[in-house]
Amino acid sequence: MSESINPTVEPLHVIVDGQEFEVAPGEMLIKAAQDNGTYIPRFCWHERMKPVGMCRMCLVEVDSPRGPMLVPSCTTPVAEAMVVDTASPTVKKAQEAVLEFLLANHPLDCPVCDKGGECPLQDQALSHGPGDSRFVEIKRHYEKPIPISDLVLLDRERCILCARCTRFSEEISGDPLIEFQDRGNGTEVNTFPDLPFSSYFSGNTVQICPVGALTAKPYRFRARPWDLTMVESSGMFDTVHPRISIHASQNQILRIVGVDNDATNHGWLSDKDRFGFEYLRSEQRLTLPLVRRGGELVETTWSEALDMVANRVDLISDEDGGSAFAVIGGAHGTNEDAYALSKFARVSLRTNNIDCRVDDAMAPHFLAATVDRALISDLDTADTIVVWGPDLKEENPTLYLRVRRAAQELGADLVVIHPRGTGLDDRATRKLNYRPGGGFALLDDIASGKHPDVTALLVADRVVVIVGRASAADDPRLAESVAAYVRSKAGSVRILPLARRANTFGALDMGLAPDLLPGRVHLGAIGCANLAASWGDIPTTPGKSTAEILEALEQGEVRCLFLVGADPVNDSTRGPGWVEALEAAEYVVAIDLFVNDSNRVADVIFPALGFAEKEGTVTNLEGRVQKANALLPGPGQSRVDWSILSDIATRMGRPIGLESAEIIAKEIAEVSPAYEGVTWDLLEWEKHDGVVVPISGAQPINHIPVALAGAPPPKSKLALHVARTLYDDGVLMRHSPSLRKLAPGPVVHLNPADALRIGAEAASAMSVATKDGEGVFFAVIDDDTPKGVIYVPFNQPGAVPLGSDPAVRVNPVAK
Amino acid sequence: MSAPLIVTRRMMERPSDSHTIDAYEETGGYVQARRALGMTRDELVETVKSSGLLGRGGAAFSAGLKWSFLAPARPSYLVVNGDESEPGTFKDRQLLERDPHQMLEGIIITAVANEVHHAFVYIRGEYPKPARRVQAAVSDAYSKGYLGKGIFGTDFDLEVVVHLGGGAYICGEETALINSLEGKRGEPRIKPPYFPAAKGLYMMPTIVNNVETVSNLAHILEMGSDEYTKLAHQTDTGTFMFSVSGHVKKPGNYELPHGITWRELIYDVAGGMRDDNELKAWIPGGASAPWFVPEHHLDLEITKDATAAAGSMLGSGAVIVMDHTTCTVRAAERLVRFFAHESCGQCTPCREGTTWLEMILQRIEDGQGRDVDLPLLLDVSDGISVGLGWPPRMTTICPLGPSAVSPIIALRNYFQDEVMEHVRGGACPLPPVAQQQVIAGSRQGGGAE
Repeated sequence: MSESINPTVEPLHVIVDGQEFEVAPGEMLIKAAQDNGTYIPRFCWHERMKPVGMCRMCLVEVDSPRGPMLVPSCTTPVAEAMVVDTASPTVKKAQEAVLEFLLANHPLDCPVCDKGGECPLQDQALSHGPGDSRFVEIKRHYEKPIPISDLVLLDRERCILCARCTRFSEEISGDPLIEFQDRGNGTEVNTFPDLPFSSYFSGNTVQICPVGALTAKPYRFRARPWDLTMVESSGMFDTVHPRISIHASQNQILRIVGVDNDATNHGWLSDKDRFGFEYLRSEQRLTLPLVRRGGELVETTWSEALDMVANRVDLISDEDGGSAFAVIGGAHGTNEDAYALSKFARVSLRTNNIDCRVDDAMAPHFLAATVDRALISDLDTADTIVVWGPDLKEENPTLYLRVRRAAQELGADLVVIHPRGTGLDDRATRKLNYRPGGGFALLDDIASGKHPDVTALLVADRVVVIVGRASAADDPRLAESVAAYVRSKAGSVRILPLARRANTFGALDMGLAPDLLPGRVHLGAIGCANLAASWGDIPTTPGKSTAEILEALEQGEVRCLFLVGADPVNDSTRGPGWVEALEAAEYVVAIDLFVNDSNRVADVIFPALGFAEKEGTVTNLEGRVQKANALLPGPGQSRVDWSILSDIATRMGRPIGLESAEIIAKEIAEVSPAYEGVTWDLLEWEKHDGVVVPISGAQPINHIPVALAGAPPPKSKLALHVARTLYDDGVLMRHSPSLRKLAPGPVVHLNPADALRIGAEAASAMSVATKDGEGVFFAVIDDDTPKGVIYVPFNQPGAVPLGSDPAVRVNPVAK
Repeated sequence: MSAPLIVTRRMMERPSDSHTIDAYEETGGYVQARRALGMTRDELVETVKSSGLLGRGGAAFSAGLKWSFLAPARPSYLVVNGDESEPGTFKDRQLLERDPHQMLEGIIITAVANEVHHAFVYIRGEYPKPARRVQAAVSDAYSKGYLGKGIFGTDFDLEVVVHLGGGAYICGEETALINSLEGKRGEPRIKPPYFPAAKGLYMMPTIVNNVETVSNLAHILEMGSDEYTKLAHQTDTGTFMFSVSGHVKKPGNYELPHGITWRELIYDVAGGMRDDNELKAWIPGGASAPWFVPEHHLDLEITKDATAAAGSMLGSGAVIVMDHTTCTVRAAERLVRFFAHESCGQCTPCREGTTWLEMILQRIEDGQGRDVDLPLLLDVSDGISVGLGWPPRMTTICPLGPSAVSPIIALRNYFQDEVMEHVRGGACPLPPVAQQQVIAGSRQGGGAE
């Protein structure tokens, strides 16, 4: 769409309002004119969707052998020597007519309409309208407004029927749950009977609505747009980091809107990215440090809490050295905070027991520095896309939109491999289901030619393979093996490994892994000279991963644990084990926004700043570094992570010398080769879409032969598939009431045949038991779940954790 | 007026069983289909092109030329447009109901000429009997091996599917029809790029032909294109089916030669005005066409060029005649209401403008008109059809919107005084509409099923 003119194609010459310019063939007139300084008014046309020519606002006159012709500029491609008049008397008359038609039935409730002040209808009525209405008849009336989902309301009186929302839901998000109904003057947008607009992307329709017909509950009647303060930033709910603009008033975020860009999200956002900010103003936010006194966590002063931690850490360090410490977390914040944490662990705690991966568990080198890492934009030119990992719609919604577009609009073949139905199946050229835990066996089958239709699709020029952990039962090393296998088959393969926590890739780049140093430098290679100069002498033996830390805590080997924005009890399939390990830990220090199920046993909790409260950089899954900006003060005395760590370090007598986030950014650029030249100035002023940091010394990837220890249960038994959903009981969702209620809750999905056999009915209570847990779940009967597999969404409000072992027993609960 | 009957001959000669396959074959049916299967695509396209056959759906575009525009991609499709919904038009109904095999033979010829192996007959939803007759004809043809795999013992396959519309006028527009056939909302597509010949049904090259057009094909092959062209008068070729309705003594379908005048059509063919009333106006080519009045048009020849020169069109051949008891405001309101009701709602000027026009006309008819309403009617119309000319310069996606403007143009051209009488008198000056007798014209010649 906004690709620059391809030098190999002869440009066309067009004259618009007397001004001649060059345009790439195939470009629509409205866009060509806009790119060359002539704005043609429009309502239905949207740069990221196919033109439909419905609103007729963009009519212009084009010279033809039969005289000037009125044509819609949004559906008219440019042609050589085309002469266009966008402001002739005929054009003006037509534009005024269209506006008068649109306003005939449009209510004049602008003073109470959310869109007022930023409304294309208002703006264009002023710039291109007749200034008066001659319509004296009775306007169309509908019930005002009707909820079409839990988050979105529709006012059909304001609707001008541009079909932007209906087209978005069909063309972009792939869940066409709203559509035009009836016809003519009675045409209205609505949902289908008994089917709400329950799309993960519904908020986009609010953003692209050119009038106030679609409004979002969280923003309704909260502000006038001219009263908002705004800052551009990066979304922090998945690893794509969509570009966003945060709008606040009186130190509260009122809404988040997508910012159009080619690199990541095309302006689209998931509802989690758009509406997931309520937790920031939760009453439960920590505002003062908490220390444990008499078994209770009580508020205290910063100096007391910092002194307590420094003294205790000093003591443990003197007794047992660095091996007594471990650090988990750091994947939710900024790179600057992650860097400070990495430096604090190595320099002050003298340990490499540090891991930002709570549950993803794919090898840090593969995640952070795989060979041939793909850019998101590689999807646009791919011949084949392989997705073997989580349901992208649930775990990586922004990437899901991009993959859907590639398959649906750009002609890529799509192979989806997952234990059950996914949001992309309707666009998949080939879909394979496999039993949870049977991933390696399926990969072997594919490699030995048992799925020739899949292997045929892999033999293509440009292949992108997206890999991640599809099911809790999958061995985490499967992803790397899949990537290695696909890479061995195709011409050019680009690899996109997935992780769940938003800044996992930034945290790994900053060295939050047992064997990585900042800049994706392997620990054993003793990094680079710059790092040694800055960090001095640090331990060189690789530390423990999250899973190993868990065991070390149980055995008393690790005495002191730092939990930084981490909640392994809830966020790991080994949650029940973590409860015991944390209770066994001698000393636990946490830095967090909330008391959560893990840090509630901590000895000290420091209140931290969150999203939009601190400035810094973040790195997405393709290695793109973008700026995340601050707009709000934190509550109470909450502070930014790096300054808390720096204060502890200083009080321990092992300072890390970090004085501001921007200074940290400069140090990152100095000590980590990949980040050389990535400054805040560059990101603020020149590269709004960020810069992709190069991978130097990429790690080879391997097909990892694995004894099939975690094989699925025999075919005669049910196999449990546990996977994450977009909305769950994560701590941020727990404090975001609008989104939390959208979580599916304690449910178990069964195939109709299995349901019949077991005696499950829709919504009936079922007892689900594994070796790790047993609880009551409510049955959902669907065809997306293959026979012999049951699916339980991970970490749901009110659900008992079941662990990751696929062996399971399911029985109806006796009434 | 002694021209031969072409497409209605069989039903006139064998009114009791012209729709059956036996009657059809006894009267020379399916001979031309067999012949066509032995001809090349080029021969067939050339024959139809040189016959001068014009599309009978309203646009009067050369059928052979239309075929020759078919893009090379395959599969290609044929859609026969039987969604005859233009008020006053009922000719296809008769052809479908009384001679369905004539159309099927035309479908076979078209399919051979255009490498089509899948044809659809889209029939208006309100035509249950024609649809049953066509479905029965298709079934009979299948069982005789004239349709299906290897038709007439050749290796040519042709599947024919009969599809009923859901009651939308706009589905007579070819791209809306295609959308409807695909199961989508009946909304016209944007041209360009969605010209059916290039991106039609399922985005493949598609020929959309009217029932009457297709029904002519076997006769053209039988007569030879030279003989067929002899029927022509000026640029009008073949015969023309008129559906005459309204205040005449003998409403009905008439297959006629070109070159007669409107006076002859109304007073001779259709038997003159009911009760020998005074002729006030008539619509020459369906509800979409601007009206004619006796002072200017009665002795005009009925040809497409002469009609166009006078600012209207022959369209689908629907002639609606109005006598002096007709209130033209009421008539215009009724027509505009039809178009407003049938607007698909997709584009702004049609969706909003037609309803607005209807509201203003209703107000005038109710005696609530204002002096500014006539200029307002014209200006609102101008927002749909710039300059109110003919053919219209539309601001809309398809011609439905401008069609609603035609009655307004008539009011402006011939009945301004009558409009102002409504406004100044505060009431309609004409007597209320009489209880109309249901006119059985469209069933002319009809028999029991």
